[in-house]
Amino acid sequence: MTDITTQKDAALAAIAEAASLDALEEQRLDAVGKKGWVSLALKTLGGMSPDERTAAAPAIQAARAAIADALDAKKAALEAAALEAQLVRETLDLTLPAPGSPKGSVHPVSQVMDELAEIFADLGFAVATGPEIEDDWHNFTALNMGKTHPARAMHDTFYFPDRTEDGREILLRTHTSPVQIRSMLAQGAPIRIIAPGRVYRSDSDATHTPMFHQVEGLVIDKGIHLGHLKWTLETFFKAFFEREDIVLRLRPSYFPFTEPSVEVDVGYSTEGGRRVVGGHGDAPGHAWMELGGSGMVNARVLEFAGIDPNEWQGFAFGLGIDRIAMLKYGMNDLRAFFDGDGRWLSHYGFSPFDQPTLSAGVGARA
Amino acid sequence: MKFSLTWLKDYLETTATLTQICDALNAIGLEVEGVEDPADKLAGFRIAHVLTAARHPDADKLQVLTVDTGDGAPLQVVCGAPNARAGMKGVLGLPGAVVPANGMVLRKSAIRGVESNGMMCSVRELELGEDHDGIIELPADAPVGSSFADYHGADPVIEVAVTPNRQDCMGVYGIARDLAAKGLGTLKPITMPAFTAAGACPVAIRTDDPEGCPAFYGRMITGVTNGASPEWLQARLKSAGQRPISLLVDLTNYLMLGFGRPAHVYDLAKLKGAVVARRASAGEQVLALNEKTYTLNASMVVIADEAQVHDIAGIMGGQHSGVSETTTDVLLEIAYFDPARIGATGRKLGLSSDARTRFERGVDPEFLDDGLDLLTGLIAELAGGTPSEAVRAGSPPSQAKVIAFDPGLTLRLGGVEVADAVQKRILESLGFTVDGAWQVTCPLRRRDIEGPADLVEEVVRIHGLDKVASVALPRTEGVARPTATPQQKLERGLRRSSAASGLNEAVTWSFLPIWAAEHFSAPDQPLWVLANPISEDMKAMRPSLLPGLLIAAKRNADRGAGSSRLFEIGRRYFRAGNGLSDEKPTLGIVLAGEKAQRGWASGKAKVFDAFDAKALALELLEAAGAPVANLMVFGEAGAQFHPGQSATLRLGPKVVLARFGMVHPATLKAFDVDGPIAAVELFLDAIPAKKGAAFARPGFTPPALQAVTRDFAFLVPEALAAGDLVRAVKGADKAAITAVRVFDVFAGAGVPDGRKSLALEVTLQPGETSFKDAELKAISEKIVAAAGKLGAELRG
Repeated sequence: MTDITTQKDAALAAIAEAASLDALEEQRLDAVGKKGWVSLALKTLGGMSPDERTAAAPAIQAARAAIADALDAKKAALEAAALEAQLVRETLDLTLPAPGSPKGSVHPVSQVMDELAEIFADLGFAVATGPEIEDDWHNFTALNMGKTHPARAMHDTFYFPDRTEDGREILLRTHTSPVQIRSMLAQGAPIRIIAPGRVYRSDSDATHTPMFHQVEGLVIDKGIHLGHLKWTLETFFKAFFEREDIVLRLRPSYFPFTEPSVEVDVGYSTEGGRRVVGGHGDAPGHAWMELGGSGMVNARVLEFAGIDPNEWQGFAFGLGIDRIAMLKYGMNDLRAFFDGDGRWLSHYGFSPFDQPTLSAGVGARA
Repeated sequence: MKFSLTWLKDYLETTATLTQICDALNAIGLEVEGVEDPADKLAGFRIAHVLTAARHPDADKLQVLTVDTGDGAPLQVVCGAPNARAGMKGVLGLPGAVVPANGMVLRKSAIRGVESNGMMCSVRELELGEDHDGIIELPADAPVGSSFADYHGADPVIEVAVTPNRQDCMGVYGIARDLAAKGLGTLKPITMPAFTAAGACPVAIRTDDPEGCPAFYGRMITGVTNGASPEWLQARLKSAGQRPISLLVDLTNYLMLGFGRPAHVYDLAKLKGAVVARRASAGEQVLALNEKTYTLNASMVVIADEAQVHDIAGIMGGQHSGVSETTTDVLLEIAYFDPARIGATGRKLGLSSDARTRFERGVDPEFLDDGLDLLTGLIAELAGGTPSEAVRAGSPPSQAKVIAFDPGLTLRLGGVEVADAVQKRILESLGFTVDGAWQVTCPLRRRDIEGPADLVEEVVRIHGLDKVASVALPRTEGVARPTATPQQKLERGLRRSSAASGLNEAVTWSFLPIWAAEHFSAPDQPLWVLANPISEDMKAMRPSLLPGLLIAAKRNADRGAGSSRLFEIGRRYFRAGNGLSDEKPTLGIVLAGEKAQRGWASGKAKVFDAFDAKALALELLEAAGAPVANLMVFGEAGAQFHPGQSATLRLGPKVVLARFGMVHPATLKAFDVDGPIAAVELFLDAIPAKKGAAFARPGFTPPALQAVTRDFAFLVPEALAAGDLVRAVKGADKAAITAVRVFDVFAGAGVPDGRKSLALEVTLQPGETSFKDAELKAISEKIVAAAGKLGAELRG
């Protein structure tokens, strides 16, 4: 009896001291392996009388259970220690940089065109397009600028040496207005469209580039007048700049394709060297800035576009997209728009997820 | 148009302030581009009385003055002018004033050790003239202490932009008329200086081209003295930005700038015989007043005598018969020329002038006789001489336009209610006549008035555009309807997908240098080349988006950028069969520089390869809704691409949706940019539109049974495209095989020469019941057989 107890205590002590899984296995074999002393002791029970067996068995069984428990516990402890040691070895310097992924961007001109489309869609305007390589009939004649009209010469037009089959001059459109003509010819009245796109003038200096972007607006319906034009532009600018204090000033002007013609100014102030749209232009610290031309579509233009001016009338306007993009998003150099400088595109470009929506506000804040 | 306030007030009786006048000008459509008020420049300059003058102790040429400035104690001022002396009155600039001539801010200072509290100024320093020999000497009665600007009568100059329809406002008098209509004062009648005409004009005048020159009036004046103009005339011309030349020239300019009426004065001594308006003969030449010789043609009108051309009609006079200081006898010309022809002539000759600007817009046909008399009277008054009677050839247009006007149109078109009586008053104040039935007769000078809408504009601009109230556009009921077209949605989607793929959207010029456009154009596609490009770099319309992006990538690299991932959505410009423009929407991508920088984990920097381009092409085509699974990889990406590392993606053999690959080294060289560069072009017009797409997707339930995979390694001919093998294997059992993926490509040790090993992972999807061994075996056999047709053998 004493012998079993002594052996058990010795085994438990050895198990407790086992420093590795191998050492522990040695102890397991030594005690409860096939030829271990506990196993051998258990075998001796078979040769005993029932009485002897009853007397000897509990001690042996108890020793076996105690050792098995001790082995399990020690094994778990050793494994946990080994895992912990392994994890320590696996420690990473997480201040090292993680792999990056390139960030793409949407050009401000595209972003603003999407904003325009979103705002004007709510007012019932579709987006129309037309060719950039135009003929002089669509670009000038149908817009009431005949061959000898002085305004033609003021357009700094890029011409091609080519002619159309019916002898029209071919040129780069100087404004988006020919899209008015094409849209009216194609779909008649009533019509509400905006036509954003590239336009070209042979003009290049610090604030002019030979290619730039315009958006044309056109509404032809019954009973449309200057008041509707004013409301439409006010409503657009309020939505575009997301502020209610937009004040427009209309000034009489001259465009051959509108009559009456009005120039549109917006009140602004200068904050931190930047123009900030809003407020009355005559208020202290404010001034007026020209934003674009507009007017009631000239009856002759309607006739050229196959629409009866006695039945229909409406307004048209043209705005510089690059310009309103600069005003809204703070760029100050038009030439940079067309440079493709990755640094500029990353800075002034927009996340692909800045999709303009009316519910979130069409603008994307920095 | 520039003019001084004084000049305006010659014609407009008004008490309005400068600000009120400017506001009114803006309000009526004569946009004020600038106001130059000399008083602003002369702020801080006062009339001062020199009390004492003494030699500077340390400088021979300087004097120390004490000057009385009207208030406080006299100031000590050091002055270098030889004419400075006690008792005189002059102009003192006080500390803080800015010297107009040089922008210097005056300060209290010590000059050679003597304190100086300001500066006595010369004429030139105040930009009032050229004289710099001494300081300004004012008359003894000049009020000491008062502002010099007030004393001098500094006259503000207003610059307005006159729109091309308003020729009638290309003279100060017309502007005065518009302001009077706006209620800013009363228009004064034109003062006509009296003269006595003596005898008929002996010079014969004719117009041989009544279409180009309907009217040519003239008058001779003998015995004139052509000297310098009087001060008032010089001041007016200077305010308009004109340099005074001589009395006769200045007076014609005065008539033009004051009344919008160009005229010409010939030196009679230089003329020979009758003076005739006629067409030039082809090749005829004239040396114009700008000292350039112009070669004319038969479309141009000239004024000529028997000997030669003396005037490019309505544009510029000739040197030969121009007046000089010695001129004594002159012929005046006042004519009416056909506006369109003047414009055409000016454009053909590339010659601009103040006269052309007015004639091509159409001068007032009713102001020939008055203009002639006014000019004659002024010459007689200021240059002396004896005028003859006027002589007239032809007559100007005299048919006034009459418009039936409904005053209700002002509200319907202009959106503002203006009482009929007010409308009538406005129109009449502008020179229209209105009868009881609203038949409106237009003044002949208003060639711009074409119909009722123009009259609405006149009424509204004078009444005030600020009185037009905003009125909401009627809107359709409910939520706004979608308006974007499929093409617009495609472009918007692709733009954001491209950006989401890490690309930066660029906007590059539509035009390219010829060499760059030619490099990317096909021989059968002639380029669009501008006749009048702004520079050689912007000459040909782009046939591809890649050259512009390559040029941008080069610029980025030259600035030290490690990489450029650029895309652009825009048009390529081709020619349609009918010679018109065929503009194709396109997406271009250029991947240049490092794809990944060197890294602590990734090792060396990596460059872009053709598979980066392929991945983007497929990803974006899928985003565009193209049937990507059906696309085939073909060659023929174009000569600008590496022939072995580029391809096209096609739907069937002919429809090319995209090209991609590595840019050809020769292209890199041509664009002077370092490679390797990968590029993609997506041809958006070739992407088939989705047909009948509904919101509901086709029905789908994920299969209940798990898919199994089987690997096959084939030895194939080296030239066999992996895609061909994949397609063959996919086709071996279309029901069971749902995917085939190449996971290894190997050639070399263990693989026979001329062969390569392609390892495929085939995914098999069971239907209702799991595959049985025999079924899997049968499928495998079909796969091996299908591959075998391409010369592939299963590796042992």
